[in-house]
Amino acid sequence: MAQFSLNINGKSVQVDVDPNTPLLWVLRDHLDLVGTKFGCGIAQCGACTVHVNGEAVRSCSYPISIVEDKKVVTIEGLSEKGDHPVQKAWVEHDVPQCGYCQSGQIMSAASLLARNPKPTDEEITSAMNGNICRCGTYTRIKAAIKTASQTL
Amino acid sequence: MTLLNKKLDRRSFLKVSGLAGGGMMLSFSWLAGCKPTPEEVLTMPDEWFEINSYIKIGENGAVTLFNPNPEFGQNVKTSLPMILAEELDVDWKNVFVEQADFYPERFDRQFTGGSQSVRAAWTPLRTAGAIARQLIVNAAVQSWNVPVAEITTNMGTVEHQASGKKAGYGEMASLAGTLDAPDPETIKLKDNADFKIIGQSKKNVDLQKIVTGKPMFSLDHKVEGMKYAAIVHPPAFGMKLKSFDKSSVTSLPGIQDAFKVKVFKDDYGRNFFDTTTFPEIIAIVGNSTWEVLQAKKSLQAEWEEAPESTFPMAGRGGQTRDISVPGGLENSSTHKEKMAQFQRKPGNIQRKDGDPEAAFKKAARVIERTYTAPFLAHNTMEPMNCFADVKGNRAIIYGPTQAPDFIMNALSSSLELPKENIQINLARMGGGFGRRAYSHHMVEAALISQKIHAPVKMVYTREDDMSAGVYRPTYSATYRAALDENDNLLALHVKAGGIPESPLHANRFPAGALDNYLAESWQTESNITIGAFRAPRSNFIAGAEQSFLDELAEEMGKDPIAFRLELLKRAETNPVGENNDYDPKRYAGVLELVRDKSNWSNVPNGISRGVSAYFCHNSYVAEVVDVRIQDKQPVVENVYAAVDCGIVVNPDAAANMGEGAIVDGIGNAFYGEMTFENGVPTKRNFDKYRMIRHGEAPRKIEVHFVESKEDPTGLGEPLFPPVFAALGNSLYRATGKRLYEQPFQPQILQIENLGM
Repeated sequence: MAQFSLNINGKSVQVDVDPNTPLLWVLRDHLDLVGTKFGCGIAQCGACTVHVNGEAVRSCSYPISIVEDKKVVTIEGLSEKGDHPVQKAWVEHDVPQCGYCQSGQIMSAASLLARNPKPTDEEITSAMNGNICRCGTYTRIKAAIKTASQTL
Repeated sequence: MTLLNKKLDRRSFLKVSGLAGGGMMLSFSWLAGCKPTPEEVLTMPDEWFEINSYIKIGENGAVTLFNPNPEFGQNVKTSLPMILAEELDVDWKNVFVEQADFYPERFDRQFTGGSQSVRAAWTPLRTAGAIARQLIVNAAVQSWNVPVAEITTNMGTVEHQASGKKAGYGEMASLAGTLDAPDPETIKLKDNADFKIIGQSKKNVDLQKIVTGKPMFSLDHKVEGMKYAAIVHPPAFGMKLKSFDKSSVTSLPGIQDAFKVKVFKDDYGRNFFDTTTFPEIIAIVGNSTWEVLQAKKSLQAEWEEAPESTFPMAGRGGQTRDISVPGGLENSSTHKEKMAQFQRKPGNIQRKDGDPEAAFKKAARVIERTYTAPFLAHNTMEPMNCFADVKGNRAIIYGPTQAPDFIMNALSSSLELPKENIQINLARMGGGFGRRAYSHHMVEAALISQKIHAPVKMVYTREDDMSAGVYRPTYSATYRAALDENDNLLALHVKAGGIPESPLHANRFPAGALDNYLAESWQTESNITIGAFRAPRSNFIAGAEQSFLDELAEEMGKDPIAFRLELLKRAETNPVGENNDYDPKRYAGVLELVRDKSNWSNVPNGISRGVSAYFCHNSYVAEVVDVRIQDKQPVVENVYAAVDCGIVVNPDAAANMGEGAIVDGIGNAFYGEMTFENGVPTKRNFDKYRMIRHGEAPRKIEVHFVESKEDPTGLGEPLFPPVFAALGNSLYRATGKRLYEQPFQPQILQIENLGM
């Protein structure tokens, strides 16, 4: 076990965990930030996507020992009132079905639009291909990303 | 009407359900839209009045409606309350929706399966809403001393025009809650033409919570003192636990205990959904998820081959039959050989019209094709998990289940607790697709909690989940057609079977459209467990049947839609046999609609097009899939669906689910496959089990609904089965190769110089 000082959603927090613990489980079990989901544990489905220094990363395969001194943003911290352009576009298109993968989808989309506000269809596909939606909401996700893009 | 007997007074409701009024419902104020403002949105007050099981009204006019059914993305949590709100005649923006817990004394049929939620709830929920409205009206009659016939309601207000008296429902709710409910027979439901909510798209009531990552799933649940548990199950079907060394994990950091969990007691009489692959598993309990997941890797266990076993299981109709589970370690290659052998032997005749043998004898030519499909894993995005808190003689279970009613007996038996001491709370589920009708995970979590005397959250890893069975079975179907020298269709013969169940629906189309028809079925045992998977059986047989009809149309020189319509015309005007379980007119209706919407005969440049239609879960669907070859790979460009499911309650949400079913079908047709080597599932995570991703989804999907005044029928499943053939038929036109074996992708990769 070791002490880690983290910056999560703009707040400083301390945790005492095994250095190999993935960021995902620190968020979920230790910090009660459960919006970030467990899907596969091997960075194949994207349900656990968060931002580390603005980059979309798969938190299930991201050990806590390399998170220190970096800024982590989770779905809970993406916006104060749930009104990030991507969240608003998701609402406009009524995207989710079961909803389980959508935090990860939104975090991947937000990261894409932060670095590329006007992505092409191919760029959207390539940025989002690591996020599986078992309910099959892909066409709505793409439409929502385009809507969000127009407001940026 | 059973609803009326389920009215409890408020005190008893609070006592038994443990639900509080008021405060807990504040979070539902999102309903009015994205940016609720205090002026626009009511909140449910601390004091409210229960009108019946489904409806609470606050003095300020805020209304809470309960969604009785488990929600896994099919959006019943929005559509069922819409039905209530319609007849209650309230303003949707003042409605709060709450998920009901499992509570059979108050709610009917708390089950999600068979696409039946809206269909089964349609009349009961309308009646419940209408009765509640009548109680408000009756309260106004008493308060104002005016004739009942002169009272009208509108969007949450009740009015007596002649005297100018007007009140909000909230003002009448306290009196209404004390009145006797009127006889349902005297209640008049609205005319469809007067619907204000049904048929208008309403956004998912949990939308804002989902996009902000609020805890909604059982995997998100946490209570003070809660422990975490992982499970280890045998590595192969046909294997069982021999022994394990507890000390291999108990000295690891954060690990409290490891022990065996036996899911069902030996003398327990299993119900229809009491399927579990492994009767005994090992539980590892500790202080955090990561620690118990790490310990899994260190656990030393020995496994041995399980002998053949037999146990009685109650069927869906209540009849009990013996289920035989063979021993041995099975292989996919053997499954394929076995299916081929069975396809060559006579099956059990399920239906015979005319004299098919004679017709085949005199045929000028016979076309015979065999179709196969593999086992499929459900792969819900949220892996199996469950929270349980068993203390003394009380148990609280909070987990993802489509069928709480069906697991109650097992919980009661395994925990040795009376049913009334067991509370099942219904979590939103991260996907279901049939898998969570089998709720052995709830028993496992409950037994773990009971053993450690503490609340526990048990989680399967993706590998545990994918390799624990309850799959879609592997199937095979052989279709034969007898044609005369003028290419007239003389007879059709289908023989279908599977391991371990048959996919045949003998009385579905094209039965009824053919003078000579023979349908045979077979099935054979396996120790690989199977269960319902989105449109069970239909999800295979539709693909086989509709691919064969496509090929047959081509052989007969006919347009694929015109050929189907011709058969349906025969079934409508002069049906063969009496047990045909479809309406040929509605069937033809969706084909005509999809022909129109896809502009069928006007195929865009570079596009190859295929069609398919199917009837299941009381609904009719036709689909057209457009494929383009790009970089030597087929790309699905457009999909057009035409659906007849009666009245559509929530059109945009219905379209969303249809789009999802189409994507699901394309994904499973191209890539879906679970295989076995010596009983071991060869795919255990998404690195090996290929799922459809963004880049493979269609560029555009259009879901069109037939305008209808018929009561609603199924929707979650019916759009799924037709995809396989519509895709296969379009791929044939794109590649020149008929695809008889799912998944399609390996065969497409073998086609050289595609599109060159």
